[in-house]
Amino acid sequence: MSENLTIPAIEMRGVTVAAMRDASLTVVADVNWSVAAGEFWVVAGPERSGKSDLLMLAAGLMLPTAGCYRLFGSETKHFGEAELAERLRVGFVFQGGHLFNQLTIAENVALPLRYRKNLAAEDGAQPVAAMLELLELTPLADVTPANLAAHWRQRAALARALILQPEVLLLDNPLTGLGARHQQWWLQFLDRLAHGHEWFGGGPVTLVVTADDLRPWKNERRKFALLRDKKFLPVGGWPEVESHCDPALKELLAGPLETTI
Amino acid sequence: MRRNLAKAFEGSNTQIFRRAPLPRSYTDILGRKLFLFLLTVQGLGAFALITLGVILKKNGVAKNVIRPRLRQEIARAGVALLPMFFLVALGLGFLVVGQTVSALAKVGAISYLGSTMVIVVVRELGPLLAAFLVLARVGTAHVIELGMARAQGEVEALEALGIDPVHYLIVPRVIGLALGIFSLTVYLILGALASGWLFAFLQDVALTPGDYFKQIVESLSWLDFALLALKTMAFGFFIAVVTCYHGLAQPLRLEDVSRVAVRAVTQGVMACVLIDALFIVLYLVT
Repeated sequence: MSENLTIPAIEMRGVTVAAMRDASLTVVADVNWSVAAGEFWVVAGPERSGKSDLLMLAAGLMLPTAGCYRLFGSETKHFGEAELAERLRVGFVFQGGHLFNQLTIAENVALPLRYRKNLAAEDGAQPVAAMLELLELTPLADVTPANLAAHWRQRAALARALILQPEVLLLDNPLTGLGARHQQWWLQFLDRLAHGHEWFGGGPVTLVVTADDLRPWKNERRKFALLRDKKFLPVGGWPEVESHCDPALKELLAGPLETTI
Repeated sequence: MRRNLAKAFEGSNTQIFRRAPLPRSYTDILGRKLFLFLLTVQGLGAFALITLGVILKKNGVAKNVIRPRLRQEIARAGVALLPMFFLVALGLGFLVVGQTVSALAKVGAISYLGSTMVIVVVRELGPLLAAFLVLARVGTAHVIELGMARAQGEVEALEALGIDPVHYLIVPRVIGLALGIFSLTVYLILGALASGWLFAFLQDVALTPGDYFKQIVESLSWLDFALLALKTMAFGFFIAVVTCYHGLAQPLRLEDVSRVAVRAVTQGVMACVLIDALFIVLYLVT
């Protein structure tokens, strides 16, 4: 445990991030960032600033085009079966969920567990039922994603990422499109994860979220970073965010513009 | 997407090149077509090798997840198509076998019936027709399903969860299609031969069922059985590779569906014809 606390969960030194869709396109350059175990980071930036690509790289889903990227202290130069166990210590929740449309919510949540542990459907049922219960998804267990509202799909994606009990959880814009009640639920649940949840044996989960509106994330214990003009700027805690004079940051604190027709 | 899989799709990322205005000279047009053809062959070859590698390397991995998917694909590419194949077998028997039996009887060449049936139905028409029908019914569905899955980020989601997309999405489809085409070809041949005799009988050709099937059995050798199995499985493998490749190659937008599906079907037909030509050479050599 002490080793876990001293070695950063994710570390980037001089990293250049390419776009997921087009590897020839650089979206963020020269990233120097270290995420220690137990920290809660909010990476904010305007739309198309490369938040998702940075998060994908942090999750080990793609490699940097330059620089050094370390996951739990070991430098990763390629992803093969040997590195998979390390990579699965990091969970990822995509914006919009990216659920498997042919499967029900329960099957979606069960799939990673069944695949990794080679479980028959009935053997994986118990932890899946417990996870669905935890996220208040039990009544929707047999529904397919196409028949669900976006906020429930997002929550199902969280359940699917948590079922493998990751030590680090990366969430891409988790609050986008959610109503006030669901936003509140997410913020409280993520705080419970950050403080140590009984599902994870009471240990804190390291969290990194991206956001294009900083206001809901106001919290003294969170760390903030800004992505703009292909640059990654660690800002610090909430007081530093509020006192920062960067216009891009001010805009993110002001929230989205209301448009009237 | 995994680096080796992304490499296989490099050749398909030529949309600007494909949509650019045609050059003025005919040799330039020919050169461009040839270049695109070679890129496609390279991509398909790489994808086929990756798939084959995963089939061999991950045999037995997560079998409690993969086997039900395999059963699903066999049902879809085999069992679900049986009623359609029953009707096609009736039609094939009437169109080809019934008429051939009748024509041979008229010229007194009924003793050639067995070898004619084996060459026409068992070696050529049966496997090829079964492959084309499965390509149309199941192959096109593969292109659209995988293209939509790619567009909705399901491939990235699989990778994030530590699930190999080739193992989960492609391997069951490839094996299901190979086994499906093999089984359906056998049913199609048996159905066509039986209905063919029925139509010959209705035309008053003096041929007992015993004589008819005896001639066919005598014309068959062990090689026919072995090559039939090999050929139909090769059809299934390559149809699945072509359709899955085009499905996964790019996130599918609504306006791309018809173009990509047509391209996949065209290349699937070409692959089947090429494989068939290879097997004809094998028949002639042995």
